[in-house]
Amino acid sequence: MRVFKLIYMNALRHKLRTSLTILGIAVAIMAFGLLRTVVSAWYLGVTQAAPDRLITRSKNGITFTLPLAQKQAIERIPGVAAVSYSAWFGGFYKDPKDFFPQIAVEGVHGLSLYPEFIIDSAVLDVFDKEPNAAIVGKTTFDRFGWKIGDAVRLTGMIYPGNWDFVIRGVYTGRSEATDLSQFLFNFNYLDQRMQVKMPARAGQVGWWVIKIDDPAKSAAICSAVDKEFENSSDATLTETEAAFQQGFVAMAGTIVFSLQVISFLVIGVILLVAANTMAMTARERISEYAVLKTLGFNGKHIIGLIAGESLLIACLGGVVGMIFLIPLLHGVGVALKQWFPAFIIDPDTYPQAAATAVLVGILAAVFPAWRAIRVSIVNGLRRIG
Amino acid sequence: MAASVVEVQNVSKQYHRDKVEIHVLSNLSLSIPEGGFVALMGPSGSGKTTLLNLIAGIDRPDSGQVIVAGTAVHSLGESQLAKWRTRHIGFIFQFYNLLPVLTAYGNVELPLLLTKLSSKERREHVETALNLVGLGDRMKHYPRQLSGGQEQRVAIARAIVTDPTVIVADEPTGDLDKQSATEILDLLGRLNTEFGKTIVMVTHDPRAAERAKVVRHLDKGELN
Repeated sequence: MRVFKLIYMNALRHKLRTSLTILGIAVAIMAFGLLRTVVSAWYLGVTQAAPDRLITRSKNGITFTLPLAQKQAIERIPGVAAVSYSAWFGGFYKDPKDFFPQIAVEGVHGLSLYPEFIIDSAVLDVFDKEPNAAIVGKTTFDRFGWKIGDAVRLTGMIYPGNWDFVIRGVYTGRSEATDLSQFLFNFNYLDQRMQVKMPARAGQVGWWVIKIDDPAKSAAICSAVDKEFENSSDATLTETEAAFQQGFVAMAGTIVFSLQVISFLVIGVILLVAANTMAMTARERISEYAVLKTLGFNGKHIIGLIAGESLLIACLGGVVGMIFLIPLLHGVGVALKQWFPAFIIDPDTYPQAAATAVLVGILAAVFPAWRAIRVSIVNGLRRIG
Repeated sequence: MAASVVEVQNVSKQYHRDKVEIHVLSNLSLSIPEGGFVALMGPSGSGKTTLLNLIAGIDRPDSGQVIVAGTAVHSLGESQLAKWRTRHIGFIFQFYNLLPVLTAYGNVELPLLLTKLSSKERREHVETALNLVGLGDRMKHYPRQLSGGQEQRVAIARAIVTDPTVIVADEPTGDLDKQSATEILDLLGRLNTEFGKTIVMVTHDPRAAERAKVVRHLDKGELN
């Protein structure tokens, strides 16, 4: 108990230095947590992907469409439980900078393949009957201050012209990680207009959504789907939803990798800050350590005192950092809502941050402790006076 | 005649500084009986403090033997030496060397933390030691709240709290005014006469040396 008190009192000797070190560690822990969360948010689509959903797209690339006529052939493949389709609308509401995903789905059937979306059954009835009904994720709904029944006009970039919708419902998510940013509407509304204005593009979907019976057979089913169309002009590429999402993440792979590197560099910075403080502290107290050795304290005791103080400072910094990480992530999450639909802290981030703080505390003490125990009592006592 | 508690036999010690070999002690021998009070005097660099450090087990001779309280100090390993010091040596420094973050009580208690005494037993020992040096009413004071003389008295309490075999004092009055120095020397005298403590004291001050039973002069590493 007395030793803990001595460690505590030692840590408070230079209040300004200790406070600045704690603050430095806290800021670094916050930066570490923030960067880890950004990386997690980037991978959220991958981690949250349903294992029993496959995505089939054109082998030529995501911007190429596939004919509706493929549906029956896919449905016949063993292991396929349900098939639906979607298309990326790629329009904007008022300002092109205000991005949110707009996706045309195969009516209520299309939505049924996404059980993670919670939609009121009355809303689904209306969605089924009204051609231009839209169901919007809660995040986007709140972002634009829309109300149920609002008429919303989107300007199409891929499908040219103005498109009028009526907001008929809002969906929420079964988990905190569900993407609540999507604007969903009936594919038929899109396709009927294409039949009139651009007949060549009618009957074309963006991708197939395939629900399978057994996720363990996903590889075989992917292969079967692609084999079905391999010699046609509309060859496909089928993969699990996670692999499909991974493809998008891979496009920003360098950025994500850079963020990961930076998050570990931040740990290095924390380590240097803490090690510098402990090195100064130990250097100033060489004579005191010599006195303690004279009294009978041995090397292990000295290491304990230095490591204890280092751990105390690092852990305090870690705790402060983790406390302030919550409001920081909330603020950043709100600011980046349009880019990261679900900006939530990875459950592993707190244990990682805590482990980082402890590791920094230990490592920062290594060199000062090594030096303190190496100095002989005689040389340590010479520094007095 | 009392048995020797400190036996220094044919000890030599040299240091290397910037490739220069400095002979500090040359084939020196010294014997101090139990209950003795020896003052070591001599000019700066004569080897007084080095000899004191060898007796206290905080330095090792290049050759010769140092036997204190029946233990060949020079042959002990670092860990054994640390334990031995706790049991047998009470060290008093010129500049007191109290830990500024601990109260007088906390400073005196420090060596006892290395023993197996209970908290209650430690308290009894600390209070006894502080009362002995006349600071029973200053237990909760921090070093910065004490005068130099009081700080040195706390340091003496710390040195005697484990009831060591030998007290070594390195210029204990060197940083004190005349009155405080007299008080400290009176205290050391009491420890020697009333409690039978063996004291080895390094000093430049002839008045301090007068309090010792034996005064030995060191010059160029040799005892006269």
